[in-house]
Amino acid sequence: MHVPDGFIDAPTSAVTGVLAAGAIAVSLRGARRELDERTAPLAGLVAAFIFAVQMLNFPVAAGTSGHLLGGALAAILVGPYTGVLCVSVVLLMQGVLFADGGLTALGVNISDMAITTTVVAYVVFRVLVTVLPRTRRSVTVASFLAALVSVPAAAVTFTVIYAVGGTTDVPISQVATAMIGVHVLIGLGEAAITALTVGAVIAVRPDLVHGARGLHQRLKLRVGGELVDAPGARPVPAARTSRRTLWISGLVTSVVLAGFVSFYASASPDGLEKVAHDQGIDKKAQRHASDGSPLAGYGVKDIADARLSGGVAGVIGVGVTAVAGSGVFWVVRRRRHAQSGSSAVSSQAV
Amino acid sequence: MGAGHAHRLYRHAHSPVHALPPHTKLAAVFAFVVVVVSTPREAVWAFAVYAVLLALVARYARVPAGFLLKRLLIEVPFVAFAVLMPFVARGERVDVLGLSLSVNGLWGAWNVLAKGTLGVAASVLLAATTELRELLLGLQRLRLPPLLVQIASFMIRYGDVITDEMRRMRIARESRGFEARGVRHWGVLAKSAGALFIRSYERGERVHLAMVSRGYAGSMPVIDEVTASRAQWSYALALPLTALVVCLLGWAL
Repeated sequence: MHVPDGFIDAPTSAVTGVLAAGAIAVSLRGARRELDERTAPLAGLVAAFIFAVQMLNFPVAAGTSGHLLGGALAAILVGPYTGVLCVSVVLLMQGVLFADGGLTALGVNISDMAITTTVVAYVVFRVLVTVLPRTRRSVTVASFLAALVSVPAAAVTFTVIYAVGGTTDVPISQVATAMIGVHVLIGLGEAAITALTVGAVIAVRPDLVHGARGLHQRLKLRVGGELVDAPGARPVPAARTSRRTLWISGLVTSVVLAGFVSFYASASPDGLEKVAHDQGIDKKAQRHASDGSPLAGYGVKDIADARLSGGVAGVIGVGVTAVAGSGVFWVVRRRRHAQSGSSAVSSQAV
Repeated sequence: MGAGHAHRLYRHAHSPVHALPPHTKLAAVFAFVVVVVSTPREAVWAFAVYAVLLALVARYARVPAGFLLKRLLIEVPFVAFAVLMPFVARGERVDVLGLSLSVNGLWGAWNVLAKGTLGVAASVLLAATTELRELLLGLQRLRLPPLLVQIASFMIRYGDVITDEMRRMRIARESRGFEARGVRHWGVLAKSAGALFIRSYERGERVHLAMVSRGYAGSMPVIDEVTASRAQWSYALALPLTALVVCLLGWAL
């Protein structure tokens, strides 16, 4: 779905171009952290791999076939920053050399196909890997789900860009339904192929899979009939497992509550809303700004069954909240780490 | 690896356009496409003038029309999309040959088709007249981050190697009687993809070591600095500047 020139108007293309440039600048710094001075050859070869693997045809049925888009695969195999770089370079070269995707639409193409897929896939993957038990199988499962979510996410980004700067007057709901519907199907294929590929790499060279770092078994020594950690290995923090159990049970509970129990909840659950309605206060209330959004009023548009609709909206809501919450948590923790690290360094320097 | 060192879209010739420094060509094509995209879609004649301008450049570059037209086929998926537009767009409708079409959708389809085709034609001309190495030098000259240019150059250099490796794996599969017919065979194909990743990554590690042993310290030495004289710049920018005049006329009329 390389967007050609003239599909998105000039100002929006410029804005997405600036966004894409910013994201690439961040990724260039991040990739140096991931790969240090080996960045250029390794990222270049991985980009060549992505380029080649996009030509590998996976037959579906009766003559049709699909191919990998590669954003999720790149993020899981080599890390998010390098992944963004690799897919962006592939798109850049396809635009300049093969005239595939317009030059002015490069920003749009990079924003939805390189940045959105990679970042969304990596966030989903990280969250799942933290939550699931530490086995190879859960890495495969996590890559399946990450790729599954990443492709429709790219379609959503495209729809948003189209809503802002599309040059034709096709109703947004139609674009969204068509794009997301098709891309959910594509996402299924992408998910299967990504999971199988990651599984194949993990079976041979688990050390190469960026997303599976820290997965290897610790070396144990049998001393006097007892298993002890080999010296040099860091001890496992005791709170780790209990926190994970807490995480899983919390997430499962929220999903169950939001997705299933909400079927039976009252139709006017909010006390304030009920009072306002009874008293006639809400006559003046304006429609909420997000009323036109796909999740407005805790229901998914285009799903007729109210219970199913509410349930799906609930599950999506819990997912988004969990991702956003853990994102904030992660940033704060990292910052704290960085601060304590730098203060330790400065105290050492003193 | 037996193939030549030029990419498939490059067409070797000695023409004034081939001789221009790559960064001037890149800048000219980019500016031209920006101008085309910002032209109002109602100015139909302006797009005709753009097409004539590109045809002139192609003639100057000695790129035959058949070559150019064949390369334009890459656009076909979006043509299909554009054909759908008049049927789904909103607004006022007209009857054409008994079909009820949206006026807005017709304009939209025209917009995408005209601008998309001109953009593809400009990129094809650029790729047909510029060698790969020159293109990368041009990108570097235009202040793309050096690391990004290095990644791109490695991708280009090893793209054919990796693709060939994939082809050899396919031949190996087929010579053992494998034929991918449906979803059931995805496992085998995915294992090939995984093996290809491992081979690519390991090749990257080897390339890096080979570079380090030859004194690589994070940046590539620039051997052939490309420079452009003022005459060459004005020569290259003639295309987008003429297009800009047309575009301004299009807005004014």
